Amino acid sequence: MLVNQLKMIPLSAWFGLVVIFLTAFIALFAPALAPYGETAIVGAQYEPWSDQYWLGTDNLGRDMLSRLIFGARNTVGLALFTTTIAFSLGAFLGILAALKAGWLDMLLSRLIDVLLSVPPLILALMLLAILGPSIPNMVGVIAVIYIAPVFRLARAAAQNIVVLEYVQAAQLRGEGTFWIIRKEVLPNIMSTLIAEFGLRFCFVFLFIAALSFLGLGIQPPTADWGSMVKENATLITFGDYTPLLPAGAIALLAVSINFVVDWMLHKSSGLKD
Amino acid sequence: MTDNTKQLLRIRNLRMAANTANGPLEIIKGIDLDLQPGEVLGLVGESGAGKSTLGLASMGYSRDGCQFTDGVVEFKGRDILGISSKERRALRGCQIAYVAQSAAASFNPAYKLIDQYAEGPLFHGEGNREAAETDAVDLYKQMRLPNPEEIGFRYPHQISGGQLQRAMTAMAMSCRPDLIVFDEPTTALDVTTQIEVLTAIRNIVEEFNTAAIYITHDLAVVAQMADRIMVLKDGQLVEEADTQAMLSDPQESYTKTLWSVRSIEKRKKPLPDAAEKPLLSVKHVDACYGDTQVLHDISFDIYRGRTVAVVGESGSGKSTTAKVICGLLNADKGAIEFEGNQLPNCFKDRTKEDLRHIQFIYQMPDTALNPKQKIKDIIGRPVKFYLGLTGAALEKRVRALMEMIELDPEIFMNRYPDELSGGQKQRVGIARALAAEPDFIICDEVTSALDQLVAEGILKLLMRLQDELNLSYMFITHDLATVRAIADDVIVMQKGKVIEQGETEKMFKPPHHEYTELLLSSVPEMDPDWLSNLQKQRETEVT
Repeated sequence: MLVNQLKMIPLSAWFGLVVIFLTAFIALFAPALAPYGETAIVGAQYEPWSDQYWLGTDNLGRDMLSRLIFGARNTVGLALFTTTIAFSLGAFLGILAALKAGWLDMLLSRLIDVLLSVPPLILALMLLAILGPSIPNMVGVIAVIYIAPVFRLARAAAQNIVVLEYVQAAQLRGEGTFWIIRKEVLPNIMSTLIAEFGLRFCFVFLFIAALSFLGLGIQPPTADWGSMVKENATLITFGDYTPLLPAGAIALLAVSINFVVDWMLHKSSGLKD
Repeated sequence: MTDNTKQLLRIRNLRMAANTANGPLEIIKGIDLDLQPGEVLGLVGESGAGKSTLGLASMGYSRDGCQFTDGVVEFKGRDILGISSKERRALRGCQIAYVAQSAAASFNPAYKLIDQYAEGPLFHGEGNREAAETDAVDLYKQMRLPNPEEIGFRYPHQISGGQLQRAMTAMAMSCRPDLIVFDEPTTALDVTTQIEVLTAIRNIVEEFNTAAIYITHDLAVVAQMADRIMVLKDGQLVEEADTQAMLSDPQESYTKTLWSVRSIEKRKKPLPDAAEKPLLSVKHVDACYGDTQVLHDISFDIYRGRTVAVVGESGSGKSTTAKVICGLLNADKGAIEFEGNQLPNCFKDRTKEDLRHIQFIYQMPDTALNPKQKIKDIIGRPVKFYLGLTGAALEKRVRALMEMIELDPEIFMNRYPDELSGGQKQRVGIARALAAEPDFIICDEVTSALDQLVAEGILKLLMRLQDELNLSYMFITHDLATVRAIADDVIVMQKGKVIEQGETEKMFKPPHHEYTELLLSSVPEMDPDWLSNLQKQRETEVT
């Protein structure tokens, strides 16, 4: 059964899965895998690739490879954390709005509309300028911004479910709202949400990289892929592509996640080519 | 049999297969079929018997994922499986037409009826737009549609389901085809509307001497329409005979079981004592949807251990009454009393105990069960929720409940609803209601989505459970045969009012209220002359 299912996975999704698992592995075991410490200055500035520094060193003389490995942990870990918060809250509120309808739905939906009406990057820059750039603030701000699309999706998907008779049956049984959300509605919109999770995770991850690039995200000396590009950008003008490696890692992971999401959407919607 | 060239449709050894995950599955297993010009053939069988597939095959069409594997289909002596799809298109709509089950879903809602009517004749080069319009009005007249001059200029959503079905038959007639395939054209309609559609179809088929294949699962209906009946089961022919012979003397045992469906024996129950208090009383209830009042002064009592059937056409307020009893819709006036205590209007204000006493079984078993929960969880939840059983005690109770509804716990406990048939799902729905150990169960059209044989099984189960557990049922239905079979008392509703109520036996004996009479006389009977007689009778009454 499982073997058959594995055989059904298309090549692109396999590629995506391998990259995601590899990234997860690297992120989890970063201290063991990295040849040097995350912030340790181990050599001269901008050293070229060598046996000692496989990918050279950065603008302060820190080992690029080590920072790339630790960067996976920070960037991907934070993105995962942020997306999870946005999803838990967004999905809960979305289903709640669909289930309760009436004034609660109206209130929540309009609040979400307010969030959606401001471009996300501008909103994030504004909020971070007010709150000050720090990791908890960044996580909070991005999570709030991404609650909006998740809320809308969860609400739309849940609206199709809450009218069904098994939800009515649960309500007539006297079940509590939380139970109905968790047991009756959530399992039925889970595949949609998971597919969306993958997609949103990509956006959040790029968002964090973008904020870090602008200097408002993860603060130095913490290694992350976005700020690594920024810090070493000057090297690009000398024809060295090392600073592009973190950007490449971002692109690779984003593409991989999209491959997997495509496959999952394909599976959950039951569409055939 | 007869001369091949004269024959309209000739199917020999037809085999068709459907693609499934486990390879091709044969769904039509070598069927022969002959149809003479002007003849009406009835195809009868349960769902999954291959009726619709065979009906479509006679037009040389196979559904997506199905294919012809063997056999020939000849229309007027010409093999229509071998010809190109362009040639087949020239035949379809012009010489062979199709009338689908749900007219509402088959019309394009964005175009007026007349536009859709004219499409066929224009495509097949039979005259121009004006000719088509005049012709349409003629046919609408013959189909006895109201305002035949204007009705064509309306959109599908502006006319009723019965009228749509007739408009669709008129559309199928537009090119005066030699053969029309009717696929369950009246299944979705009320008995009273069904009569109008049946009469219209029969008249027009006779008028133009069109041959027809009439697909249905309702034997009484097919008895009115067909000259000859074929009974199908699992893609095979069970029996074929002229209507008269088939009705009076079915040969095969399967056919006999189909025929006997409408004959559940009911034990007569004594009337409740005058001293006995009703279990549930509905007292002078008015209710509204928004500003429209849908229930007017509804009052009735339901006694312990009895079945009360609520009958009426769609829109008569049957289901709305059930909603008010459950507390899903607030009554504006009046009260619902359970064992003498008034229940709060809204279900949210009722106690857990109040909710436990009144359970609901739904019409559509597909949407009544959560597809992501296992059967044991679906049945187990009310047990846990109301009775507080857990662990081994819970499992024991679930097993006992599954045995009550005649599903083997070993096989079904860990399955999901998708892995069950419609009838099995409905049984799980019953078990979920029973799990709460209620006194009163509302059954909302519980058999209307099921085949006759399966429905009979469900009804028998409900009757047995009533005897064992002394339950009361409120049985909402539009099927009077079911009412006669199982109900102790009947309530007839029309336009949100109770027209008549009383014991079943009295209700089925004249004199009736005018509307009850109309409902009763509209239930098709097995007598092939029933429709003609009724038609004559109603015409004389009018004049």
